[in-house]
Amino acid sequence: MDKFESFSGVAAPMPLVNIDTDMIIPKQFLKTIKRSGLGVNLFAEMRYLDDGSENPDFMLNTPAYRNAEIIVAGDNFGCGSSREHAPWAIKDFGIKCVIATSFADIFFNNCFKNGILPIVLPQEQVDVLMKDAEKGSNARLDIDLENQTVTTSEGESFAFEVDPFRKHCLLEGLDDIGLTLEKVTSIDGFEAQASQARPWV
Amino acid sequence: MAGRQVRAPEKTIAVPDHNVPTTEGRDKVIENEDSRIQVDALDKNARDFGINYYPVSDVRQGIVHIVGPEQGWTLPGMTVVCGDSHTATHGAFGALAHGIGTSEVEHVLATQTLIQSKSKNMKVEITGKLAPGVTAKDITLSVIGKTGTAGGTGYVIEYCGEAIRALSMEGRMTVCNMAIEGGARAGLIAPDQTTFDYVKGRPHAPKAAQWEAAMDWWKTLYSDDDAHWDKVITIRGEDIAPVVTWGTSPEDVLPITDVVPAPEAFKGGKVEAAKRALDYMGLTAGTPLKDIKIDTVFIGSCTNGRIEDLRAAAAILKGKKIKDGMRAMVVPGSGLVRAQAEEEGLADIFKEAGFEWRLAGCSMCLAMNPDQLSPGERCAATSNRNFEGRQGKGGRTHLMSPAMAAAAAITGHLTDVREMM
Repeated sequence: MDKFESFSGVAAPMPLVNIDTDMIIPKQFLKTIKRSGLGVNLFAEMRYLDDGSENPDFMLNTPAYRNAEIIVAGDNFGCGSSREHAPWAIKDFGIKCVIATSFADIFFNNCFKNGILPIVLPQEQVDVLMKDAEKGSNARLDIDLENQTVTTSEGESFAFEVDPFRKHCLLEGLDDIGLTLEKVTSIDGFEAQASQARPWV
Repeated sequence: MAGRQVRAPEKTIAVPDHNVPTTEGRDKVIENEDSRIQVDALDKNARDFGINYYPVSDVRQGIVHIVGPEQGWTLPGMTVVCGDSHTATHGAFGALAHGIGTSEVEHVLATQTLIQSKSKNMKVEITGKLAPGVTAKDITLSVIGKTGTAGGTGYVIEYCGEAIRALSMEGRMTVCNMAIEGGARAGLIAPDQTTFDYVKGRPHAPKAAQWEAAMDWWKTLYSDDDAHWDKVITIRGEDIAPVVTWGTSPEDVLPITDVVPAPEAFKGGKVEAAKRALDYMGLTAGTPLKDIKIDTVFIGSCTNGRIEDLRAAAAILKGKKIKDGMRAMVVPGSGLVRAQAEEEGLADIFKEAGFEWRLAGCSMCLAMNPDQLSPGERCAATSNRNFEGRQGKGGRTHLMSPAMAAAAAITGHLTDVREMM
């Protein structure tokens, strides 16, 4: 996984609440056995018209937001299915950070496994960022994971929380299977104990 | 797997469900190329890594959340994970069960562990008794209607109370299945005699002395009377009515006797979301829910594809026909459910009523297979998600119980099943 570096990027405002994973990546694209190339299908049903052409009204199709690297979203972003195709599609499109008042748990976890930073902020701060994002490509948000801040184009800064271990993994681009396997002795010990205590499992 | 091995293949099961057709001949060839490649890859991986596997040619194949409990893989006190959000279903056995993404599946396969932080806990108590015509599906939808789809985020729910205790294992699985629609990754119910009776004798359940040892431990798996809860929700069982959804989020739920709500009745971002939902659903505020005409009925899914669900629907359909022009489909949750329904004569009731009698799979719950809605087609569904496009692009989904779906199939519109009992 690539290291997550601080960046300054265009943010697309998507104020709709409960943006679900079926919206993010419709089920017809789940039949791939690869993780790459899904960006073109991100938000497919909202992004394309019935004839396959782009819907000019959809945010990410407008010139200002075609190269967005951040989404500022409504409450409960990523609810629904556990499909990791949702973060894969987001990442492949070029989005590296999603900001909302809340995220669905499974989507939230999946983001970190794919080098995407989900940021939870209170409503008032998301409202400020949403307004800033609405200014289009001239307004860029600064995302600084090291110092845990988001800064608007007008210089207003908000601090966010992130789990220290997840932050470390994002910053270093670490594969956590490798990290876990370093603890194989502890896993062996636990399993030996568990199979004595509960031999029926 | 990057050259790694599966750490515990004996504790790992696999079954094709999401993308398989539910029509005859699928064990010979799956016509859709992408699905075929995906299923072939699963076949090969299951074989190469020595995982317990139920291919489509096996009568035990079905939806993973139905197969796991049916085969006795799911036991009280276990931690169960699966790359599907409806893994919460297994919580019905007093297991901690939740959905994970592909990377986490890989992590579990390689290490048999998962890095987790402790969730908050929520007690959802359903007191008293359910009225006739009210089912587990109405309980779980009503809870989501109360908490909202994000109300359970960060929590594990424990469902308890007299009305939960009175449910069969099938009903309990329906309740826990939809914990995720309320935002909770896991929902569970303390095991009791109902649980033990269900588990006993299943192929992978413990036997003889091990059964006794397991029972001794399982009986200790309940919350203390003075346990701390981060959130408590109490609903009187008597207050729960048969419900349906009107919008595009499972929280958009109302008793069947109600009317389509006005977006202005909501607050904040939900006002826009409700406007968008009514537009997508082709509905006008103030319309009685019972006046909503439907085109299609889907009975099945990991929420309501078990034998008890088929019995409930068949009880309403017995001796009746579905409305002219209606498309209606029953998709049993597993090959064994299907066989049992045939033995009990339920299949004949469905077929005589005009339903298609399908093979097991996820089918029209998520339209990742040939079973899909067309744009504008309106469906009474026993599944779990009414999201935009969930059952097919432009398709309109109303969620409800199997009995309610059966009633709608007969009348051609959303119907209060209590009027047909």
